[in-house]
Amino acid sequence: MSNKFIGQSIKRREDKRFITGKGRYTDDIVLPGMLHAHFVRSPYAHARVSSIDLDEAKAMPGVIAIYTGDDLADVNGVPCGWQVNFRDGEAMREPKHPMLIPTGSTAKHVGDAVAVVIAETKDIAIDAAELVMVEWEELPAVAAPADALLPDAPKVHEQFPDNKAFDWTFGNPIEEVDAAMEKAAHITELEFVNQRVVPNAMEPRAYIGSYDETFDKYTLYTSTQNPHLIRLLMCAFVLGIPEHKVRVVGPDVGGGFGSKIYHYTEEALVTWSSKQLGQPVKWTSDRSEAFLTDAHGRDHATKAEMGFDADGNILGLRIKTVANMGAYLSTFAPAVPTYLHGTLLQGLYTTPKINIDMTCVFTHTVAVDAYRGAGRPEATYLLERLMDLAALEMGRDPAELRFQNFIPPFDGVEQPGYQTQVALQYDSGNYEAVLKRGLEMLAYDDFRKEQAEAAKTNKILGVGFSTYVEACGIAPSAVVGSLGARAGLFESAQVRVQPTGKVSVFTGSHSHGQGHETTFVQVVADKLGIPMDDVDLVHGDSDTIAFGMGTYGSRSLAVGGSAIVKSIDKILEKGGKIAAHKLECAEGDLEYAEGKWTVKGTDKSISFGDVALTAYVPHIYPAGLEPGLDFSSFYDPANFTYPFGCHIAVVEVDKETGKVTLKRMIAVDDVGNVINPMIVDGQIHGGLAQGIGQALFEGTIYDENGQLTNGSYMDYCMPRADDLPMFETDRQVTPCPHNPLGVKGAGEAGAIGSTPAVVNAVIDALWSAGHKPKDILMPLTSERVWQAMN
Amino acid sequence: MQVEINVNGKARKAEVEDRTLLVYFLRDTLQLTGTHVGCDTSSCGACTVHLDGGAVKSCTLLAAQADGCSVTTIEGLAIQDTPTTMQLHPLQEGFKECHGLQCGYCTPGMIMTAADLLKRNPTPSEEEIRFALEGNICRCTGYHNIVKSIQWAATHTTKPEPNQQEEPIDADKHLFTNDVTTGEVVETH
Ligand code: FES
Ligand code: FES
Repeated sequence: MSNKFIGQSIKRREDKRFITGKGRYTDDIVLPGMLHAHFVRSPYAHARVSSIDLDEAKAMPGVIAIYTGDDLADVNGVPCGWQVNFRDGEAMREPKHPMLIPTGSTAKHVGDAVAVVIAETKDIAIDAAELVMVEWEELPAVAAPADALLPDAPKVHEQFPDNKAFDWTFGNPIEEVDAAMEKAAHITELEFVNQRVVPNAMEPRAYIGSYDETFDKYTLYTSTQNPHLIRLLMCAFVLGIPEHKVRVVGPDVGGGFGSKIYHYTEEALVTWSSKQLGQPVKWTSDRSEAFLTDAHGRDHATKAEMGFDADGNILGLRIKTVANMGAYLSTFAPAVPTYLHGTLLQGLYTTPKINIDMTCVFTHTVAVDAYRGAGRPEATYLLERLMDLAALEMGRDPAELRFQNFIPPFDGVEQPGYQTQVALQYDSGNYEAVLKRGLEMLAYDDFRKEQAEAAKTNKILGVGFSTYVEACGIAPSAVVGSLGARAGLFESAQVRVQPTGKVSVFTGSHSHGQGHETTFVQVVADKLGIPMDDVDLVHGDSDTIAFGMGTYGSRSLAVGGSAIVKSIDKILEKGGKIAAHKLECAEGDLEYAEGKWTVKGTDKSISFGDVALTAYVPHIYPAGLEPGLDFSSFYDPANFTYPFGCHIAVVEVDKETGKVTLKRMIAVDDVGNVINPMIVDGQIHGGLAQGIGQALFEGTIYDENGQLTNGSYMDYCMPRADDLPMFETDRQVTPCPHNPLGVKGAGEAGAIGSTPAVVNAVIDALWSAGHKPKDILMPLTSERVWQAMN
Repeated sequence: MQVEINVNGKARKAEVEDRTLLVYFLRDTLQLTGTHVGCDTSSCGACTVHLDGGAVKSCTLLAAQADGCSVTTIEGLAIQDTPTTMQLHPLQEGFKECHGLQCGYCTPGMIMTAADLLKRNPTPSEEEIRFALEGNICRCTGYHNIVKSIQWAATHTTKPEPNQQEEPIDADKHLFTNDVTTGEVVETH
């Protein structure tokens, strides 16, 4: 153990390749003889494939093969990894998500694929795809979740005429919540839409399937967040090929934000067709295709009510939500509105009674699944919008109202964790402190004075608060198993000490921007007391790494890092035996520090490198001990981790035009212990931008035919550099009491807290000028804000 | 058709289809895969390179339009001392120093755009930096550290840009720029 690297803003080791153009993303890979795939996709949200004519396309020089759904009759669809049953016990409805829509069946969203053209070049594949003649019978479509429940709504799957995937209720019995609300002196009621957004990782999805006949072995290069999971799903559920005959590599991946967790049909198709053709097959999505086929996020329509007594204490929370699943159930989709959302509705407050009633529906849109925060942003949006609105309605100060209702501090060691009304037990928290710090940074009293002045002008000011808690470090396998997960959510790590004392670390986590190659190495180097240069991290290859569940849910360090620590503990334990033998002392007489074992109270010591060499040249060696110094571990967390924080937005609203300018974004986050502050800040910044993006800029627009009308970067507005201020961040540290690093996870926090803070700020600005809207639909465009004032 | 383009200081001749975009010429023909493609509407800037010294979106330009021109890509920005050692451009240093990148996908485009800005305006304000990055999307960083990276580079000695100064290309000087509003590449003279 040493203390050189943990807690330091070490510059990232992975940067060199990216800043010099040497990053290696999937689309950068060229294999000998590689062919190119292009998909023929439905231009309609709902349409029957009457016939497909391939003749002309097949005749085009350079076209190697064209497959349709009819060629894939015995290939399964892509599976769903989480089962949430109806409240009455009926099993979740799982329509098949086929690779390609066969003739006679219906495409269920724009972009649903009917054929794949494989050709010598990408251009030929694209040209030939134009010549594939599909005769479509267009059918009526439904895109909005609430519309899907109307009695005459078009049916997405004939066999499920009510369009429900499942319904679900959670928390305290509704009668108890109703009774609590009866007693309320004030009920704040809010109907709102948490709109559908598109993750938009900058690297479009890309896959290369390659089959090697000599070894009867497949390789799939994929822009994924979890190579092993893709291998498991593809082998066991889709293609039925033996797992040990498949290598899945996730090379450099250009962002994920959730959208690259899932197993997509195109992954299986390039793999399958590479064997049919005996040549590698590459497919790279273009951006328009990405809008139509990447899983989207959010998409809830909600009615929420929060009841308060006359003093402002929260008495109850009652929620009805309809959540959109899209046309098919994507890998983790059912978990997002349920166990990643309903379980967070306690927030930071002592609310005694909570009930959520959730209906998850199919629509003629691409699947919705986890997007940065996955369920927790929706829960936070709901709670924090209610809190600020309640304060406005009751004439209370929004910060005061929160202080009054906060769960008191608990460290999870001396004081027990906090048992919520919605199943989870928070590990440790100190909520007042982050809000206090946020108010200090804001200079709250001064701000209110400034606001009062501004209210007299055309540029009014508003402040919005959001204090959030989330659940990361996903997740204890037994717990998620009991909630419907069809996978364990542990992580694996192998630490291999080479004879010269150099160390290779293999992790099942996967970096697509998070900086694992630096952070994880900081941990290893410190725990072993050796230089960072002596340690390398390997990730993203199912052939070199034993197993992995990948990176999402802010789990890499909390779960993957903990697995590494477990392996290091085993290394040091075995190393101690070797050291004791060499130093001719009892193991208990040794202490390990700064890269060597020392006999306590003496200067007799042996270095880590000498012990490593001894392990591989075991001439003078403890009897019965195996040679080698190489350990694998699996870490299954004891609980989720619960980061929390306070986000505060200050906006200026132009009364004439409704234009919102974000003036300040303050974020005080507590993500537990921090290994690399620079990287954690970067994660917070990126999350903030996406959260602000949802509040002010982003959102899909579907027309009545289920067409996505803003499916390009020209039309889908994302935050650009000149839309955002410099962020003001600070940190508090309440360690996680149940993992060895005390870390909680920082990947999603920014996106979870910021959205309601920004919307609250705009509402606050309008109230300061005498307008009293309860809600403005996100994204808060100038037009919508102007309308709220006129 | 045949094009001859000076890329990172080397004359490169190749047969391309008329419709081949410059970005695919760089990525597929020359295998310079540091230049990325993030969109199909000229909106993201991941493909930004320098054409005769100015930043352009290489997805918005045919390879044919660059015939006779000189192109610098991210691979040509550092000064290569030996096959395995190089002096990074101050912007490359700055992005590393200030954590201006996460997944790295937007990074080459960001750096090339920023290099163009610093050439025109060696001491830009925060606002000028943000405005200059308007055509480049980063989904990871929230831009905060990208702005800082460029500020860092602006205050550290700018080493000469290697490929700008060597072998002026024979053909007549084209000057291209991206029209700020439409994103289209226009020839300015
Ligand atoms: S690839 Fe997006 S602007 Fe060129
Ligand atoms: S670093 Fe990932 S898009 Fe900018």
